[in-house]
Amino acid sequence: MTDVLEVRNLHTRIDSASGVVHPLDGIDLTLKAGETFAIVGESGSGKSMTALSIMRLLPEPGWIERGEVNLDGHNILTLPEYRMRDVRGARIGMIFQEPATSLNPVLTCGEQIVEVLERHKIEEGPAARRRATEWLKRVGIPDPERRMDEYPFQLSGGMKQRVMIAVALAAEPQVLIADEPTTALDVTIQAQILDLLKSLQKERGMAMLLITHDLAVVAQMAHRVALMYAGEIVKIGPRDAFFAQPLHPYALKLFASLPGAGKRGEPLASIKGFVPPLHGQFTGCRFADRCDYAYDRCRKQAPAWHGPDPQHQARCHLLDPREEWRLAELLRREDDKVPEAADFAAPADAGDLLEVRDLKVHFPIRKGLLKKVVGQVKAVDGVSLSIRQGRTLALVGESGCGKTTAGKALLQLVPVTGGTVRFGGNEVLGLKGAELKRMRSRMQLVFQDPFGSLNPRMRVGEIIAEGMASFGIGANAQARNDRVAELLGQVGLAVESRYKYPHEFSGGQRQRIAIARALAANPQLIVCDEPTSALDVSVQAQILNLLKDLQKTLGVSFLFITHNIGVVEYLAHDVAVMYLGRIVESGTAEEVLNRPRHPYTQALLAAVPRLNTESKLPPLTSEVKEHLAADIPSPANPPAGCHFHTRCPLAVEACKAAYPAEVAVSATHKVRCIMVQPE
Amino acid sequence: MNFSPVLLITDVLLWLLVFAVVGYVWYVRRHEHLLVPWLKVRQNPVAMICATVLVAYAAIGLADSLHFRTASGAPGRSQTGVEVRSVLDVLLGAALGPMAGKSEKTYSAPLAIYSFAKETVEKPGGGQAREFPRLTVGGAHLKNPGDRDGDIAWRGALGLAKGLVLFAVLNGALALWVGRKGGGPALAARAMWRGTTPAPWRPILVTLLLICLMACPAVALGSHYHLFGTDKVGQDVLTISLKSIRTGLVIGTLTTMVMLPFAVLLGLAAGYFRGWVDDVIVYLYTSLSSIPSVLLIAAAVLIVQVSIDNHQDLFPTTLQRADMRLLALCVILGATGWTGLCRLLRGEALKLRELDYIQAAQAFGVARLRILTRHMLPNVMHLVTINAVMDFSGMVLAEAVLSYVGVGVDPTTNSFGGMINAARFEMSRDPLVWWLLAAAFFFMLGLVLAANLFADAVQEAFDPRRVVRRARPRIFQRGPVGGMTEAAEDPRAPGGRPA
Ligand code: SF4
Ligand code: SF4
Repeated sequence: MTDVLEVRNLHTRIDSASGVVHPLDGIDLTLKAGETFAIVGESGSGKSMTALSIMRLLPEPGWIERGEVNLDGHNILTLPEYRMRDVRGARIGMIFQEPATSLNPVLTCGEQIVEVLERHKIEEGPAARRRATEWLKRVGIPDPERRMDEYPFQLSGGMKQRVMIAVALAAEPQVLIADEPTTALDVTIQAQILDLLKSLQKERGMAMLLITHDLAVVAQMAHRVALMYAGEIVKIGPRDAFFAQPLHPYALKLFASLPGAGKRGEPLASIKGFVPPLHGQFTGCRFADRCDYAYDRCRKQAPAWHGPDPQHQARCHLLDPREEWRLAELLRREDDKVPEAADFAAPADAGDLLEVRDLKVHFPIRKGLLKKVVGQVKAVDGVSLSIRQGRTLALVGESGCGKTTAGKALLQLVPVTGGTVRFGGNEVLGLKGAELKRMRSRMQLVFQDPFGSLNPRMRVGEIIAEGMASFGIGANAQARNDRVAELLGQVGLAVESRYKYPHEFSGGQRQRIAIARALAANPQLIVCDEPTSALDVSVQAQILNLLKDLQKTLGVSFLFITHNIGVVEYLAHDVAVMYLGRIVESGTAEEVLNRPRHPYTQALLAAVPRLNTESKLPPLTSEVKEHLAADIPSPANPPAGCHFHTRCPLAVEACKAAYPAEVAVSATHKVRCIMVQPE
Repeated sequence: MNFSPVLLITDVLLWLLVFAVVGYVWYVRRHEHLLVPWLKVRQNPVAMICATVLVAYAAIGLADSLHFRTASGAPGRSQTGVEVRSVLDVLLGAALGPMAGKSEKTYSAPLAIYSFAKETVEKPGGGQAREFPRLTVGGAHLKNPGDRDGDIAWRGALGLAKGLVLFAVLNGALALWVGRKGGGPALAARAMWRGTTPAPWRPILVTLLLICLMACPAVALGSHYHLFGTDKVGQDVLTISLKSIRTGLVIGTLTTMVMLPFAVLLGLAAGYFRGWVDDVIVYLYTSLSSIPSVLLIAAAVLIVQVSIDNHQDLFPTTLQRADMRLLALCVILGATGWTGLCRLLRGEALKLRELDYIQAAQAFGVARLRILTRHMLPNVMHLVTINAVMDFSGMVLAEAVLSYVGVGVDPTTNSFGGMINAARFEMSRDPLVWWLLAAAFFFMLGLVLAANLFADAVQEAFDPRRVVRRARPRIFQRGPVGGMTEAAEDPRAPGGRPA
């Protein structure tokens, strides 16, 4: 294979208010034809900056200080800008994370592809249109003729990303840069997009630079992998070796911090400290402050590349052949460590804490001058579930299935249309005034976005104390102050944090503050709405550990709303799977995750990319994938009968007739599908 | 002479506002997140120049807002016939002497010693002649009219010299103040001029110098001539212009104060409560903004005027009556001008109410009023600040327009609009009576321009969407690779789409 793209010693700088930042400090990599090369890293590692530097699309205050980007042996960094425009698109294509904003909303899909074809003089006029239609077909868009003249807003997220791929590939570039191409998509859609990228790459023999934070996606897609940390590549290797041998302490930690079924009960590995500021020269290893194995040499000398073979290398002194004794010593010490006993005995069944029956949240669609109700969005349409004392129920589903609305409805943050919610045996729906307040003090909420969930104009102490004051917890300001200090300690923050404002904290710390705020009311149930989805894996590990500890010490129950199956496998005692406003399957984690019965659950679990092939589930067949590829119907107009029949591989005529009744597979395992027989 | 203070309503309000601003500054200094954008404003040289100019205007306006009554019958030197005077009147009286106030019969050109209009005078030798008479006070000290040019040059130069001295004193005082925390005044003065202090003192000092170099010659000349001429009834135009500043300030600030509660309360309520509250408020402001505002204001002003005239007993003096009308104008302008900000705040509140921290507060059972005041309000304050500063100059201009149309302030109140309106009738005269318009234009331009530039700086500092880039010559920072000239292009645009 020939080298198509070669990046050599690339240094990028960005001018910021706090001085010149060095987001890239000497990046070297090569990309061969027909190869997928993945760059993984946490936020701030410089992975996206690498892509933007190669494309020369840096944001305004940034510039490339030195280095080469050789495309077919020619350095494109020395090209004048007008020639660079011929390179972008024609020779290097790029797709971005957010399909919603990367397509131009006022041009039809067809026009966007035709524009690229005409710009790079590949086809003109009707021929270009024909070619564009062909491309839409190639990226798997059904009915391409019609879609040609549709605008991006008429397409679903997955469809948009397909169009985006067609735009990026229309000029047949040799290199495709995919920057987090599936991060904004649901797992079932993600699986399709990844497959599409894979097959297009194979078919066209192009090189692909995949940039992502998701190790599992990398494991599925890449031939070779580079791990970035603080502006440099710290480890590079062929995929299998990369995952089999961590080599670098950072990689070791990163792999160990991924939640999954295998790690149930054990605390996840977490990395202390933060990514260092990238303002200047580093004298030693960039990871030294956070590395458990750091020794004096690490702070004095930047590590060189070492490794078992020339393909698989890492920047760490421990791999230096001269330091072999040290590594051996470390490994021995590691072996001596007594592993913490796995502790995942679900607490004794103390009965149901929360009992939800037939919960409905319908949002009216109003039209016209008089705001007449013309329809209902059935965001939550008859959800029943129960949460037991001191346990965690995971509510799983893809975006738009109503899981967040269901969580908010429990706390009556959205108007509830119908159903009953019994908390500790008492009906809570319809409570007003003081009663409602009392109920709310026992159920609390942790939000997904750690940046939007804290008022930027209040000090941390005030944020935490606000709820207490409102619920009348704590006799006086002094007592509340003491409690704030205690809570901060409980979530692992310094007591002085209370005088700071939220913007002074990182995402993970903010999430800790949000958890402290929820705990302030002494709740029995905390609804966690995707609390870790905005965080890096190593930070996610810390938060998951914290939640688990809190459950153990305080005995709180969690309703964990998420789409991340790894987190569910790691944390949940019980699982409920939601599709278009309804629960399709529920049971203990063991039952639902290992023996899913509903076709949707099966598809969902199979679509999750995994690091290793630990899953006992068979992979999706292409026939099943084809069914799944259909658009997710709108909750305003759900399909009749079983909501899933439009995408279900097993659907028969009878499925459309009526919503399937609940089938109890076991005492706890319940499924709503006519094809499932009780055992 | 014994004094008794006279409290005009606008005086009270203006001073309350000053105390509020001082309180706000004190509060901001204690809250870091509030301080940060203001520090950014402080770093902006243009903003500091404007602030200096605005402070000078504010000082004049505030001096004109301390009114007192000299015991009746006392031989007031003022010849305006009004017994209630302000500190500014006293200062002007001291600085300009007999020039301040009404001293001539009618128009006279700037620095003239003869009247603008011919008069019939008795010849000493009998008979009458039509000629330009000497002014009563303007240039009256000159025995020989031919000495005028030399006298002006001499006094002007003397004024410039005095200006330099005054500036030196001011500079020294500032250096003492800046250097009070170590370093001493000498070092501080050097740092201020070198620009090594955190605040950009150099532009401030240069502005101060310019102000001194304008003010001192103005006093030197204005005490013996009518620097800007006189108006139709013979009043000194310089005095009128200075006294108009207060009117502009009152209109600019009080109107905003009237407007803000409407806009903030209604905007937040509409956005937060939604439902029928929203419907009513939106209906209200759409209807209000669909009526031509000048007509609305004209009608309101006329109504107020009639009711003031019908309640003469409440306002014993003409000054109080005029003041009431000024206040009424502020209220009317404010009550009709809140729609824009309200609409903006409603949109922002709609966005904010969906944010998680508002929902979290609801989940805590926090009372609605507290959510509005504690969670929503602080998070829209930057919009309010930007708007208040921007509206100030708009209101000063609005007053000018309204007075021009004839529905502005009371004719006895000095105002830029009134001056322009008066000048309008004389524009066709030959030779042209230009100085009235020029003086109004000069003083208003200074105020409005400073306010506008300051507003720009405030917006830049408060609007988080604007990235303030440090002004440094980029050429020295680029690497060997020619800059990323395409950087302005949205990096999210599909790869390779031609620009
Ligand atoms: S070089 Fe030292 S600090 Fe860096 S990763 Fe290796 S052991 Fe840790
Ligand atoms: S009821 Fe029918 S459509 Fe629904 S999941 Fe079962 S087989 Fe599929």
